[in-house]
Amino acid sequence: MPKKVENVGCPYCGVCCDDLVVTVSDDGKKILEVENACAIGNQIFHHATGGERIRLPRLRQPDGTYKDISYEEAVDYAAKVLYNAKKPLIYGFGSTNCEGMAAAAKVAEKAGAVLDNCASICHGSSFLAIFDNGYPSCTLGETKNRADVIVYWGANPAHAHPRHMSRYSIFPRGFFTGKGHKSRKIIVIDPRHTDTAQMADIYLQVKQGHDYELFDAFRAVVRGHEIPDQVAGIKREQIVEVAEILKKARFGTIFYGMGLCHSDGRNHNVDIAISLTRDLNDFTKWTIMAMRGHYNITGPGAVWSWQYGYPYCLDLTKRDIAHMNPGETSSVDLAMRDEVDAFFNVGTDAGAHFPIDAVKHLRKHPWITVDPNINMASEISDLHIPVGIVGVEVPGIVYRMDNVPIQYRKVIDPPEGVISDEELFERIHQRLCELEAEETAKEGAKAAPEGVRAGSEP
Amino acid sequence: MKTVTLTLTNPSELLLEGQNITPDNFAGKKTAEIAALDVWEGKQKSPLGKYFTIAGDGGATAAETKIVLLGDCTRVKRIGQQMTAGEIVIEGNADMYIGGWMKGGKVHVKGNVDSFCGIGMEGGELIVDGKAGCHLGSSPRGEWRGMKGGLIRVAGSVGSDTATFINGGTIIIGGAADIHVSTHGEGGTVVIKGDAKGRVGGQMVKGDIYVYGTIENPLPGFKMVGEVEQEVDGEIALFAHHIGDLGERHPVSKGKTVYANLYTRL
Ligand code: SF4
Repeated sequence: MPKKVENVGCPYCGVCCDDLVVTVSDDGKKILEVENACAIGNQIFHHATGGERIRLPRLRQPDGTYKDISYEEAVDYAAKVLYNAKKPLIYGFGSTNCEGMAAAAKVAEKAGAVLDNCASICHGSSFLAIFDNGYPSCTLGETKNRADVIVYWGANPAHAHPRHMSRYSIFPRGFFTGKGHKSRKIIVIDPRHTDTAQMADIYLQVKQGHDYELFDAFRAVVRGHEIPDQVAGIKREQIVEVAEILKKARFGTIFYGMGLCHSDGRNHNVDIAISLTRDLNDFTKWTIMAMRGHYNITGPGAVWSWQYGYPYCLDLTKRDIAHMNPGETSSVDLAMRDEVDAFFNVGTDAGAHFPIDAVKHLRKHPWITVDPNINMASEISDLHIPVGIVGVEVPGIVYRMDNVPIQYRKVIDPPEGVISDEELFERIHQRLCELEAEETAKEGAKAAPEGVRAGSEP
Repeated sequence: MKTVTLTLTNPSELLLEGQNITPDNFAGKKTAEIAALDVWEGKQKSPLGKYFTIAGDGGATAAETKIVLLGDCTRVKRIGQQMTAGEIVIEGNADMYIGGWMKGGKVHVKGNVDSFCGIGMEGGELIVDGKAGCHLGSSPRGEWRGMKGGLIRVAGSVGSDTATFINGGTIIIGGAADIHVSTHGEGGTVVIKGDAKGRVGGQMVKGDIYVYGTIENPLPGFKMVGEVEQEVDGEIALFAHHIGDLGERHPVSKGKTVYANLYTRL
C-alpha cells in the first residue's frame, strides 16, 4: 500500500511550506503524489524519482568526456584541489541543509578558502543594509495574525513565492485578522505591472531605479515636510495618500525583493526602506522582511554568522581571522578580478547565474560541482559529485525567510550509494587533515612557506 | 627623511595583500629586514622580497620614512593601510584599500586606485592623480562611524558610495561622482567639481556637500533655502543652498534643528 507522509517541508522557495502530504510507493522508491504544494514545489519532488539520476561522481577526462569514479577518489581529488590552491572559492548553498553548510564551513576554514553563498548575487545587499541600519522584522506568523496593511516592494510572489500570499500575507485569517483578505490593504510598488500588482488595492508604478527617491519622499511626508509634485514617476497626492495609510495601519509589513536589493544602489534601497519602517514605528507597528529566494538560503547566513560572525563573503584565507567585504570578497567580484584559483559550486548553478566573464575567469582553474542534478555548472566542471536531495532524500534543518528554523524530513532514500552534502564535506575535511599531517611530517606547516628571501634572485 | 624604493619585479598570480607596506612597518629596519616582512597572496604568506626588489633603509621613525613604489602595482592591495606618519608615493596604479584607516602622513598615487581607498580614515592625506573606484572615504561595512578626519583629493572621477557615514574630514573630487554621496553622513565635507549622478546626501544628518556640476537626480528630501557665497578649496563662488535630508532625523542645537547642507554652484 502506498504510504502517505504528512507535514513535509518543501525544499524549493523561502516560503518553506511545511504542510505538504507526499504519497510514496509501496517499496519506498517512487514519489506518487504531492498534495498542497504549488506547481514548482510539486515538481521538485517528482523530479527526484521521475528520471535517471547521477549515482557516482564523474571526473573530466583529457578527451573532454566524464568518467565515473568512486566517492573516495572524488573526495581525494577535491581535497587536493583545495589544499593546493592559494585562494579557493566555495560558493553556493542555495539548496542544502544547515548541517551541510556547517560541514562546508569546516572545510573552508581548513583549506583557507573564501566561503560564500547565493546571497552574494541575491539578498546579500540586504545584509549590508541590516549591518548599517538594523532589522525591525517579525515572523511570518505575526504578519498573518496581525497585519492589516501589506506592502510588496520590488517583489513578485505570485511567481517567485507562489504560496506566500495565501499562507502569510493577503488571504489567511489570523488571530486578529479574522476577515482575511477583506480586512487587509495591499500596496504593491514595482516598475512592472506584475501578477502580484493585480492583487493590489493600490499599485504605484515607480520609475525603474528610483525607489530610493520614492522612499526619501515617503520619509519626508511622514515627517510632515513638503515634497515636489512628482517623485520617481509618482504624483505627490498619491504619495501622501499612501503615507497616510501606512501611518494609520494597526500592523504593517513591507516585503521587499530583488527590485530593491538588485537595482541601482542595492543595499541603500533596503537601508532606506529600513529607515522608513523605523520612522513609521513612531506612529504604529511596522515591520520589514526580505523575500529570501530559496528554501534555506537564510540558513548559511544563520550558520556562518554563528561560526564566524559574518553571513557571507567570508575570506578565511588567513584562517584565524575572518574578513568580509562584499565588492572584494564576493564571488562575482573575486572571479572578475581573477582573485581565486579554484572553484567549488555547491547546490547551485554558477554556470547559469554568473556573468559569462566571471565564468570564463573561474574556468581557467579547477572547477568542482556538488549537486544532485545535472546543471550548467556540472557540465563545465572538472568534477561533478552527486549528493542526495535535501528535503526529499536527506533530512535537516532549514531557515525560513523570517529566520525561523524548521526541521525538514525525508520521504524516500537517496539512490543507492549517494551520500549527503554533510557526509561529503566531513570526508573532504578528513582528507584535508590527512594531507596537512603528511606535509607537516615532511617539511613543516604549509601556511608559512619559506618563499624567496631578500637578496636572492626571483 | 630616508627613502625605501620598492620595485615590483615578480608580480603575483593572484592579488597581493601589502598591509605591511607602511612607513610605520619600515621604520628602523634595514633593507633585508624590510624584504622579510610578510605579504599575502591568498592563504600563502611570503616575504615582501619575493615580489619586490628593495633598495634603501627605513628612517628612524615612520615620519622620517618615505616609500616609493615602482612597477605596476595595479594588483597590490592595502598599501599605506593604518599608517600614522611618513610618506608613500605610488608611481602608477594601485588596487583596493590604499590609505585605508590611515591616521597621518601622506599617500600620493600617480595613477588610478580601485575601491575602498581611504575607508575609515582618521587623518593624513590621500592624493590620487587619476580616478578612484567605489567607497572612497566610506565607512567599513556595518560601521556607523565613518571617516573622521584627513583629506582625500582625487583628480578624476569616482565610483559610487563616496563618504558613506562621513563624520569629519574633507574629500575633494575633481571629476564626476556616481550615485550615493555622503549617505548617512554626520559631518565632514565633500566637494564634487564635476557632475553627480544622484542620491546626493541621502539619509544625511549633518555635514556639507558642494556640487559644481549638475545633479542628475536630486533627492526630494532636500529643499532650497537661499543663495550664499562661500570659499571652497581656495576660491570664492556663489551657491544655491539646500537643506536636508528632510526625511532623516536631525539633532537640535540651541533650539534650532541642524540640517545637512547641500550647495550647488550657480
Ligand atoms: S510556495 Fe514555495 S515552499 Fe511553498 S510549495 Fe511552493 S515552492 Fe514550495
